[in-house]
Amino acid sequence: MSNSPLTPGVVPGRLPADVLAGNFTDHEPPLDGHEARVAADRCYFCHDAPCITACPTSIDIPLFIRQIATGTPDAAARTILSQNILGGMCARVCPTETLCEEACVREAAEGKPVEIGRLQRFATDTLMAKGVHPFARAAATGKRVAVVGAGPAGLACAHRLAMKGHDVVMFDARPKAGGLNEYGIAQYKAVGDFAQDEVDWLLQIGGITVKTRMALGRDVSLAQLQAEYDAVFLGMGLAGVNALRAPGEERVNVRNAVDFIAELRQAKDKSMLPVGRDVVVIGGGMTAVDAAVQSKLLGAENVTIVYRRDQAKMSASGYEQEHATSAGVRIICNAAPVAVHGNGAVAEVEFAYTAEGPDGLKTTGETFRLKADQLYKAIGQTLTGAPEGIALTGGKIAVTGAGRTSVAGIWAGGDCASGGDDLTVTAVAEGRDAAEDIHAALMAART
Amino acid sequence: MADLTSHFIGIKSPNPFWLASAPPTDKEYNVRRAFEAGWGGVVWKTLGSEGPPIVNVNGPRYGAIWGADRRLLGLNNIELITDRPLEVNLAEIRRVKKDYPDRAMIISLMVPCDEESWKDILYRIEDTGADGVELNFGCPHGMAERGMGSAVGQVPEYIEMVTAWVKHYSKMPCIVKLTPNVTSILPPAMAAKRGGADAVSLINTVKSVTNVDLDNFSPFPMIDGKGSHGGYCGPAVKPIALNMVGEIARHDVTRGLPISGIGGVTTWRDAAEFLAMGAGNVQVCTAAMTYGFKIVQEMISGLSQYLDEKHMTLDQLVGRAVPNFVEWQDLNLNYVTKAHIDQDACISCGRCYAACEDTSHQAIDMSPERVFTVKADECVACNLCVNVCPVDNCITMVEMPKGATDPRTGKVVGDYANWTTHPNNPSAQAAE
Repeated sequence: MSNSPLTPGVVPGRLPADVLAGNFTDHEPPLDGHEARVAADRCYFCHDAPCITACPTSIDIPLFIRQIATGTPDAAARTILSQNILGGMCARVCPTETLCEEACVREAAEGKPVEIGRLQRFATDTLMAKGVHPFARAAATGKRVAVVGAGPAGLACAHRLAMKGHDVVMFDARPKAGGLNEYGIAQYKAVGDFAQDEVDWLLQIGGITVKTRMALGRDVSLAQLQAEYDAVFLGMGLAGVNALRAPGEERVNVRNAVDFIAELRQAKDKSMLPVGRDVVVIGGGMTAVDAAVQSKLLGAENVTIVYRRDQAKMSASGYEQEHATSAGVRIICNAAPVAVHGNGAVAEVEFAYTAEGPDGLKTTGETFRLKADQLYKAIGQTLTGAPEGIALTGGKIAVTGAGRTSVAGIWAGGDCASGGDDLTVTAVAEGRDAAEDIHAALMAART
Repeated sequence: MADLTSHFIGIKSPNPFWLASAPPTDKEYNVRRAFEAGWGGVVWKTLGSEGPPIVNVNGPRYGAIWGADRRLLGLNNIELITDRPLEVNLAEIRRVKKDYPDRAMIISLMVPCDEESWKDILYRIEDTGADGVELNFGCPHGMAERGMGSAVGQVPEYIEMVTAWVKHYSKMPCIVKLTPNVTSILPPAMAAKRGGADAVSLINTVKSVTNVDLDNFSPFPMIDGKGSHGGYCGPAVKPIALNMVGEIARHDVTRGLPISGIGGVTTWRDAAEFLAMGAGNVQVCTAAMTYGFKIVQEMISGLSQYLDEKHMTLDQLVGRAVPNFVEWQDLNLNYVTKAHIDQDACISCGRCYAACEDTSHQAIDMSPERVFTVKADECVACNLCVNVCPVDNCITMVEMPKGATDPRTGKVVGDYANWTTHPNNPSAQAAE
């Protein structure tokens, strides 16, 4: 193949196969045993440690790091997984720089936090490499729970319920379980088939049946689930994508960033993936960064993220932004799309500069155009197909307490539910806590 | 740059840093490298009697204790005295001393505890050009089982007897190396003095087992499934050594007896502490075995800078802390301090809180915002918070001025008063 980053249009194989393979290996390589010991030695074992408070799943971080330092990474993994059953994936994808590592006192002391995320990966990888599942089920309760959505929230909920002795059936619309872990994570954050491996490992607890290609409202109804199961947990995520609402949005090669990310994750051979010479991504979150960086890694010559507000308001962390710019992505802030130009396919995107005023964000009237063979929309996802009869708030399923919806017997968590930060780790916490609440409710009902 | 020239018991060396008798000084090759690196002197690894050389194990000789980042804190060895022929060692000593006349060359000796053996070895080393001898009454492993090393050092009468023989048969300055494996270091030091020793050197290694192999259930270092005790040295033993050096330096009977300080000297600061505690020079082993001979350059530059900053000569530093090394009963019970936490330096790790709340006096308050403050009415000034704080100088002990009221005891801070006059001391009352 003779394509290069300079080849016009949208073509595959802009980079040699070995370069492509290198581009999609671990963004942060795993620590080896020596590196882990050195990193673990830096932990101060703080009292009531701020990192634990900063972790949405409240992992006892000083304890697991001390367990690594004393040569028992399996025990460390158990400490992690008892709070966060998807601790392996969270070690890879958590924005630790805004969570545990930001809270680390060594960040305050010398601007270099303990490498908590990488240490967590070391511990969980060590245990999972042995194929060991460290939890066992309690005696069967005879209760059955339906979990809709086999993403982080659903998996965490299902695992905790199975551990408590309940039987769980999971329904997921996609061909594979894992949710955004499988379809929504940048390739270089979770290389290989980690998402599926982790699901398989998690299911070793037993008592969980996964039914894929089963969408709520299409293949199964909430009423059916309510009738057949003792409780229902909704964790189906956000399947819809916000529109640009700019003329020309329907042009060819204007796509949702999440679809591109999913396609890239599922592609075994990255050299078959077509990518534009000029790629524009609209949005300010991690989805935008993941789409932009991966376009660059596929060989696009020019990749630009355009965000309508100030850089400080981007939901992608400073670390993520730096990751993007160091990959060669340009970030333009304070510009909103006004039109998508082209003849059939997108050729240019027109933006207007914006300014924050007392009445909110306004365009200044000054515009500019960016060349674009591909335009990715990453301006947020929305809940679609919410079942009738369940109260929503802000476009999401309204929940109180540990994921209780407006309907008795139905819980919800993860991105589809109100509250939370739409992070993998938050979803895990919500799924886990809902499971505890479901368990309490089912046991109370039994007595 | 301060002049570091040392005249320890009349032996001149360009600096007070000697390498102790140990593996680094076992042969010509190493000692030449040491002198090239800048060491002021060496105590050649212990020589034994003429005859078949002693034999070492062929498995591991060392065990270790590590701190964070595998920093070596303590080293334990089961190596014996030199296992090379006596004549080879003597020829090498002769050659090296000839090429480095300005460096101190001391020969460590260990022979059976009879007069003939000592007379013979002293005769054999006479023409090597060495500056002095060090009597190894310290090694606690292997040789001790054969009635040498610490087996001698643990019996003051033997120390005195052998020292006297050495002084009788040799004109060379004689240093007696003491073992810390005794209840009190004073009787051995006094015995050395009585025997006519020119100096004592201490400490030799501490009897020890560093760890146990939890797969084979053997002490380490493990030789074919078995382990025996070794001698412990390195930074971990420095506090033991400093105390023993200070005890000899301050005691009426041993005061003035020159001391060569040994035990965990790793940096210039350690060396300065030994000197202040009464040592006339220091000997180093583990630090060199950990980092190589080059460390002496830091020791030289550091001690020089310190002396310059203090406007002190080397001699003025020696023993400077000895008058302040007192018995507990002489400490001022009216000296009241309180911990103070520098909030700007604090990184909110909470280790001071955990230590104080769980194991001490519940004298640190933790706010919901993780601000840690000292409760002066509970603080006994134990210093544990200072010691566990990872930030240097974040927590300090602040002295309460005379006349102030200690909020913990309600008592006014008064003049110096110690236990000997304290009303709670039954002996004090009886004395009145």
